[in-house]
Amino acid sequence: MNALRYLGRRAVSTVPMLLLVGLITFLLIHITPGDPASVVAGENATEEAIQEARRRLGLDKPFLVQFVTWLTSVLSGDLGTSFTSGKPVTELIFERMPITLSLTAGATLIGLLIAIPFGVFAATHRGSWADRTTILVTSMGIAAPEFFIGLLLVLVVALEWGILPATGYTPFSEDPIEWARGLILPSLALGLGIAAELTRQVRGAMIDVLSRDYIQTARAKGLSLFSIIVKHGLKNAAIPVVTVLGLQIRRLLGGTVIVEQIFAMNGVGSLAVRAVFHRDLPVLLGVALTTAIIVLIINLIVDLSYSYFDPKVRAG
Amino acid sequence: MSVTTANTVAEANTLPPPSTFWKRFSRNPTAMVSLGILLLITLVAIFAPELAPHPPAKSSLRAVLKPPSSLYWLGTDDLGRDVASRLIYASRLSLVASVQALSIALVIGLPMGLVSGYVGGWTDTVITRINDAIMSFPALILAVVIVGMLGPSLTNAMTAIGIVYAPRIMRVVRGSTLSVREEVYVMAARATGCSDARIIIHHVLPNIVGPLLVQSTVLLGHALLAEAGLSFLGLGAQPPQASWGAMLGTAFPYMAQSPVPTIAAGLVISVTVLCFNLLGDGLRDSVGRARRSGE
Repeated sequence: MNALRYLGRRAVSTVPMLLLVGLITFLLIHITPGDPASVVAGENATEEAIQEARRRLGLDKPFLVQFVTWLTSVLSGDLGTSFTSGKPVTELIFERMPITLSLTAGATLIGLLIAIPFGVFAATHRGSWADRTTILVTSMGIAAPEFFIGLLLVLVVALEWGILPATGYTPFSEDPIEWARGLILPSLALGLGIAAELTRQVRGAMIDVLSRDYIQTARAKGLSLFSIIVKHGLKNAAIPVVTVLGLQIRRLLGGTVIVEQIFAMNGVGSLAVRAVFHRDLPVLLGVALTTAIIVLIINLIVDLSYSYFDPKVRAG
Repeated sequence: MSVTTANTVAEANTLPPPSTFWKRFSRNPTAMVSLGILLLITLVAIFAPELAPHPPAKSSLRAVLKPPSSLYWLGTDDLGRDVASRLIYASRLSLVASVQALSIALVIGLPMGLVSGYVGGWTDTVITRINDAIMSFPALILAVVIVGMLGPSLTNAMTAIGIVYAPRIMRVVRGSTLSVREEVYVMAARATGCSDARIIIHHVLPNIVGPLLVQSTVLLGHALLAEAGLSFLGLGAQPPQASWGAMLGTAFPYMAQSPVPTIAAGLVISVTVLCFNLLGDGLRDSVGRARRSGE
């Protein structure tokens, strides 16, 4: 019951944030130089189209009414129409979202697969050369831009060795193996930076947990280090790691903009970049709003996961 | 903002006397090396005309995509321009652009953070909530959208990055102001009848310089990275301007024939960002009262 109440309370507290994110997106229209209606209607728009945009944006009405009008259409799933393709923005984003989400999920998976073993190893060998190397490599990993890692991967793995495709995306429904093969390099490009950040967090959290009394008790009882780490360490070290993971997913979504370009993947990031060159504002606003909503949902999931990892959170 | 950065900033505190600060800082070899490299890059940027072996825009159709040689240290690009000279000149644009973005972030974030932390109450709640909402947008996507609104150019890209990073400055300034506000000297100033504006400028501001310096250093690295990303996408520096990111973007399509320009530009960006991050870590360790009391 407590868990349900916590879940409900946390979900409700996201609503004002969603409204604020909507308000900021709406305000972005107004930072555009010139008449927002003619900008939203497109460069070669007719007077009729400009009037239609003005009516849709409600620009002749008070600001609050404008915002409510815009919000109502957004809530009904109408993010406007792209004036380069003529398609609804919602449709364009949903068509491309599986690519961006596959990439983000792949990078997260790579981040975790690297961070957990390396972080735990560094924590259990604190002060050793392996620990110091881990710290050095992770510092470099955090500083290395996704696009540089991506370019090196294309150069070496795809062009030099020819073992994985350099560009393109195959939908999972078409060929699951090609889907996975095509995702490896871009996920690595995006995930290595996250892996570096997470490795540091896992190391720090694990060092903290391993110094706790209950771990000493478990050791005194004769449990092996492996089972102590698996049964007690990882779950207790999870909260700071999950928090960072949540923050990193926001960075991953941003990073997809560049990685999708390098690997010629037609995801949401590429959609946004193309929209800049065509001044396709409805698409840009749609991408901004959708990605911010995804971040808020992930934050909510991260918060809810606290109650799984630590029952004290649930109890309030 | 990465958590390393958050920790870096949170652990920093007020700035100690310059001599103590320098004594601590100079004992940190990583931070000293980082500072040395960054100073070297700055000197290279300042003396670019003297150091560059060739004019950066001079193209030679007979020397397209040449490998490194004694004439062209890092080879040539697709227009036959010397990559080393362009990298040297591009350091100017990349560094200036990062400072420009940081300045915009400071102009927006600093007063917001000071007011939010000092005034508290509803003002604080409203500013913090707006800040959190802005930070819900993935930084690079928000920057791309703002560039889309304003039009692609280096100035607009740096304005966008400044706006995107302003909440990070605000968050640090607010946190530090909240703790400084409760200090005895601030209460004493208030008791003697000092105005809020005077207290903020003369008592709060000088005492939050430490964390602000740390955050600004780290953000310079982030801004450089963001500029490189946007210019790589063609949304920042426009030809004939050359920034490191723009060079990476133009070298990328020819990477199979001539990989050196891509690797060189990528390495310069990575090393500079790494130095800013390590310098930030070093500054955090050198400011702060916890360390001071221990000395």
